[in-house]
Amino acid sequence: MSELQTPLNDLGTPRPREALTRVSLEIDGQQVQVDAGSSVMRAAALMGIKVPSLCATDSLDAFGSCRMCLVEIEGRKGSPASCTTLVEEGMVVSTRSDKLEKLRRNVLELYISDHPLDCVTCPTNGDCELQDVAGELGVEDSRYGLTGSNHQHAVKDESNPYFTFDPSMCIVCYRCVRACDDIQGTFALTVDGRGFESKITAGQMESFMESECVSCGACVNSCPTAALEEKSVIEIGLPEKSTVTTCAYCGVGCAFKVETRGDEVVRMTPYKDGKANEGHACVKGRFAFGYTSHKDRITTPMIRDSIDESWRQVSWQQAIEFTARRFREIQAEYGRDSVGGITSSRCSNEETYLVQKLVRAGFGNNNVDTCARVCHSPTGYGLKTTLGESAGTQAFDSVAKADVVMLIGANPTEAHPVFASRLKRRLREGAQLIVVDPRKIELVNSPHVRATHHLQLLPGSNVAFVNAMAHVIVTEGLADETYIRERCEIEAWQSWLNFIRGEENSPEHLQSVTGIPASELRAAARLYAEAGNAAIYYGLGVTEHSQGSTTVMGIANLAMATGNLGREGVGVNPLRGQNNVQGSCDMGSFPHELPGYRHISDPEVRGLFENEWQVKLQPEPGLRIPNMFDAAICGDFKGLYCQGEDIAQSDPNTHHVEAALKALECLVVQDIFLNETARFAHVFLPGSTFLEKNGTFTNAERRISRVRKVLPSRSGKEDWEITVDLANALGYPMNYSHPSEIMDEIARLTPTFSAVNYAKIDALGSIQWPCNEAAPEGTPTMHVDEFVRGKGYFAITGFVPTSERSTRKYPLLLTTGRVLSQYNVGAQTRRTKNTAWADQDLLEIHPVDAEDRGISSGDWVGISSRAGDTVLRAVVTEKVQPGVVYTTFHFPLTGANIVTTGNSDWATNCPEYKVTAVQATRVTQPSEWQKQQAVFNRQQKAFLDKARRSGV
Amino acid sequence: MVKIFIPADTTSCALGADAVAKEVTLQAQNRGLDITIIRNGSRGAFWLEPLVEIEADGNRYCYGPVNPSEVAGLFDAGFPGLCEHALLLGQAADIDWLARQDRLTFGRAGLIDPLSLDDYKQNGGYEGLNNALDMSPAEIVGAVTDSGLRGRGGAAFPTGIKWRTVLNTPADQKYVAANADEGDSGTFADRLLMEADPYQLIEGMTICAMAVGATEGYIYLRSEYPKALQVLNQVIATAEDANLLGKNICGSGRDFHIHIRVGAGAYICGEETSMLESLEGKRGLVRFKPPLPAIEGLFGKPTVVNNVLTLAAVTTVLAKGAAYYKDYGSGRSRGTLSVQLAGNIRRGGLIEVPFGASLRELVEEFGGGTASGRPVRAIQVGGPLGAYLPESQWDTPMDYEAFTEVGAMLGHGGVVVFDDSVDMLAQARFAMEFCAVESCGKCTPCRIGSVRGVELIDKIAKNENKSASFELLEELCETLDQGSLCAMGGLTPMPVRSAIRHFPQDFEVSSGSGVER
Repeated sequence: MSELQTPLNDLGTPRPREALTRVSLEIDGQQVQVDAGSSVMRAAALMGIKVPSLCATDSLDAFGSCRMCLVEIEGRKGSPASCTTLVEEGMVVSTRSDKLEKLRRNVLELYISDHPLDCVTCPTNGDCELQDVAGELGVEDSRYGLTGSNHQHAVKDESNPYFTFDPSMCIVCYRCVRACDDIQGTFALTVDGRGFESKITAGQMESFMESECVSCGACVNSCPTAALEEKSVIEIGLPEKSTVTTCAYCGVGCAFKVETRGDEVVRMTPYKDGKANEGHACVKGRFAFGYTSHKDRITTPMIRDSIDESWRQVSWQQAIEFTARRFREIQAEYGRDSVGGITSSRCSNEETYLVQKLVRAGFGNNNVDTCARVCHSPTGYGLKTTLGESAGTQAFDSVAKADVVMLIGANPTEAHPVFASRLKRRLREGAQLIVVDPRKIELVNSPHVRATHHLQLLPGSNVAFVNAMAHVIVTEGLADETYIRERCEIEAWQSWLNFIRGEENSPEHLQSVTGIPASELRAAARLYAEAGNAAIYYGLGVTEHSQGSTTVMGIANLAMATGNLGREGVGVNPLRGQNNVQGSCDMGSFPHELPGYRHISDPEVRGLFENEWQVKLQPEPGLRIPNMFDAAICGDFKGLYCQGEDIAQSDPNTHHVEAALKALECLVVQDIFLNETARFAHVFLPGSTFLEKNGTFTNAERRISRVRKVLPSRSGKEDWEITVDLANALGYPMNYSHPSEIMDEIARLTPTFSAVNYAKIDALGSIQWPCNEAAPEGTPTMHVDEFVRGKGYFAITGFVPTSERSTRKYPLLLTTGRVLSQYNVGAQTRRTKNTAWADQDLLEIHPVDAEDRGISSGDWVGISSRAGDTVLRAVVTEKVQPGVVYTTFHFPLTGANIVTTGNSDWATNCPEYKVTAVQATRVTQPSEWQKQQAVFNRQQKAFLDKARRSGV
Repeated sequence: MVKIFIPADTTSCALGADAVAKEVTLQAQNRGLDITIIRNGSRGAFWLEPLVEIEADGNRYCYGPVNPSEVAGLFDAGFPGLCEHALLLGQAADIDWLARQDRLTFGRAGLIDPLSLDDYKQNGGYEGLNNALDMSPAEIVGAVTDSGLRGRGGAAFPTGIKWRTVLNTPADQKYVAANADEGDSGTFADRLLMEADPYQLIEGMTICAMAVGATEGYIYLRSEYPKALQVLNQVIATAEDANLLGKNICGSGRDFHIHIRVGAGAYICGEETSMLESLEGKRGLVRFKPPLPAIEGLFGKPTVVNNVLTLAAVTTVLAKGAAYYKDYGSGRSRGTLSVQLAGNIRRGGLIEVPFGASLRELVEEFGGGTASGRPVRAIQVGGPLGAYLPESQWDTPMDYEAFTEVGAMLGHGGVVVFDDSVDMLAQARFAMEFCAVESCGKCTPCRIGSVRGVELIDKIAKNENKSASFELLEELCETLDQGSLCAMGGLTPMPVRSAIRHFPQDFEVSSGSGVER
């Protein structure tokens, strides 16, 4: 067998689903061995032989339409297409012959006879597959001439803010349609007409924007010509350089190629070899990077003595010295514990690690917390307690082996779209879906996807639901007792069994609490328990409750009781909200835990860090974020270093948060924008976007991926450098020349990271921790032979109703979530063209509740809770059930958190965002709070403008 | 009570059968005669339609073609009794045109009430299924294989091999799909069968289901056949009531259901893979093969896709044995060919004869020459994608191989006759235009090539760049032939090339614009 040549970048057709054997064949005189089920085209491409083609690409199943890839096979008639012909043992293939070349040239001439020939002025000149193939075959023009029928005057669709569709460039290869169907799963595109009149069209003859298109960009990515093209390429030109990095939006952690021309980002395209996304993307990661160069970016440090005065632009040195002095003064006056820090899930592992190190080693206390407090802290607690590790159990591709998926309190088509596409693909293959959500989310019923059960529970009844599921499983004999006996603590199992069997946990007993008909719940429980491979995916609808940790434990109980842990296709999978929620938790951001989830009170662990850090550590856990707010209001907590987090917008009960922020004597905000929190700050340290720094993010599947610096930092410093400078100014020496050194330190100190380093991440592309001596290349599936804690632990999960319930005064239950186009507090996405899809938060209200209140879609509606009031526009929809209203929290003008309360999870203080008793009424003007905000915002904007005018 | 048979199939009605029936009813009423009108189907002798039959002394006598205005006269002459009248043709067997045929498939057409299960059974219907129910699936498939039956849709693939593939492919669900999207110009055999003897299709599908293990069947019916739809709906319901369809058929413990799906007017949906896409509710877009539908067909499951006539023929094979069926035909083309004689022809209609008859025999002896009375110049066989045959080829025996040898094809058996006024350049252009209009648009040669083909022929007609245009047209034909994804583009060159080859003088254009000859 001869040496293989370098495989092509695009192998033309996908890897066979299940390759059981290898097949040997001969192509162009060379022997090759490939997986059975491969196409002849793929086999050739693996040898480096390019068979010309226009409709084939290895992200899509073979289609066989362009007729360019015809080959000759000994013993077969005619010229079969190599993309649709599968390899067979002993096959002898020729990809080149005079006859084939002639045939290909003739087909290409047909293409060219209906294609503009002005390559030189085409935006994709040099990046066009039609042009490439024409070049390969030496075809320059068409003997058919230019006088025949053509599509040269077809009208462009420029409705989408990010890309254009120019039908005159289209070669009708269907790649866009197939990408929308097979990869994205939205089915927004089709071909209208037939024959020569075939035309790609969105929706029902609509423009792209009017259609169901979610602007994921899969069509643009797959287009071989300039028919679907990024507007940025048309405006700026083709990129010259490409750097692989990791998306800074949600917890899916997609790998992207950042394509630049000079110092300008031309486009971001999903990276095919990225294991989290496998070449797919969503409208945020793919297109919404405009914020990185937005005029609102602050790039010069600023300080002020009081929030009632203007900012002063200063040098980095002045800002750092000012901050260090103020923190030292505060600690001198109010004590060591009067200051603290907040890390962000939007920052890198290295940055987060440094902030907690700064707090513990530099501030000398453990007052460090992270925004994961307000999202997935119950996941950490619940999974650590039951399974022994604070992380999801699977890799994303595990879903491809699931037979039943139970989605609890998660809305992946909006919040984790790239994972949603994988899930939808599996569902189209026949896996069944159980949706547990108060709302009719898209996956309940969408093209080619329909949930077998939608358990439309009432907000606040998660524990009752999860207990009822477990009750059915154990009382109907569906538990996997062999698995339990082998893998779990028997004593805990027995006592849990006694608890869960109780009639108080039966679906019949609980249906008045959950609102789920008992028969439907029983059917869902049977489906889950008898699935073969059943996987649970859950989101903030599970964690952000007063019993969030209990539900997480209940979910782990369900998985253990049915043996659905420790292999592919099963598991318990938290879908993380932000890009580095997993990482920020891993990095010791919680006040009670050092990196690797080890308790600060453990002297042995502390000793390890004290030795490395050369400092004495406090053994007592520090303040959590809500404690910090309370302490600030009490006057005990005076200085806060807040990196990359907008607590004024994202944390609940805004009145309380603002009061706490106003009580601080020195609030240091490190961010790229003057965010809501920064309005209360005394120091503003301008950070860098993910394009301007090096580091790593860890996604929801524990995958550590590299963030690579593409552009120079606009502020002159990467965020980790700012923390280093601050530590040094405070007198605690930090000395790193590159984030890789920080990762080396993390690896030295953290057993689950001990074999992680940048060189290895670069070599493997990404690594799923634990990565250590036992698993030198990482761990895709956790708990395979035994649980991390040894035996699995069944925790008792008694249902305690929340105190937040509907009353006569506040008869509706408000729950919150996200929309696809906006991200979290919106600081990034609001500063992009994504506002074309959503430019305000809307209140979803059921027609019955709306009619009672005289509310129509588009009306201004005031919502009030015991915490506060705000006003937003209504949309009347049956997506919500009667008695439940819903909104998002992307826009500070709405300030959805003005109404959310201080209630929180009993174990972790994760706020109860998902349940607030409210009243909704039709109003004509903004709320009092909104009016005050408007005044305050104007004042703060003036302070910023003044600083900008004055300069440094 | 006198029984009067007046056809109700599409062709007969188009020729006035409904008006005749109305007039017969009226005349009988006026004369106080007690009659029963049975709406049978045509016997296929369309040139005699409306053909009115009466039952007398146990025999059927034919009158035709009957114009409504002639009905009163008939009654005056003694109708509905057997009476001497210029329109009396005698018994069906006396009509040479019918008597000369070998009606294995269309034997009941015209004879029976299409909706009557009893009629069907009394005339040999369901004997095939009865036999099949006593056989193993492999035995049924064996019989079909032994009969030599080949697909009547046009591709002539051996039916037994197709069935065996489906039988031997393990799956939780298998399907039978009857292709009733009869789109070829000049063809009507499927329609006639469904309107005149519909149970035969139902029985054939059921036998197929028993043979391959299918439990669901679909009839993909073109929307232009509303009468057939009505008939099929009724007979499916009747068959279900009689336990000949549905659950536990005839107590066999086996289930089979038939559903009808109506097309939406696309020729390409008669191509089997497009038909499957359309049955699945998708655009009628051609699929590449392999995988064969027999392995991955409807909804990805093993599926027998057979033409209506193929499934119908199976009832004969199972009722009378493989040897009986195989005894007809010539060479490797066994059984009978249902020729549909149309176009410029005096005596058009359905002619079922064993494979091997000559085109000349059909056109001259059955057809009686052109309707215009002018000499026949060209005959297109096998639908719009079939070749035009010049007189020198009319003695070619009508079997699959012999036709392939002369660069032609039998296809679905459509024969369209043209007299000497035909412009073969226009016909060649029409072939390309037909492809352009009906192409699904998936593959490039067909999608763009067909349009360019029309343009090239127009250039030739205008004498533009003539030799280059001819050369390019031939290369285009080669590209279509070798590069197309399915037979639509692949066969379009056949009529074009045959027109150029056999009628070159039509492409010799004098200077100036327009076609002159």
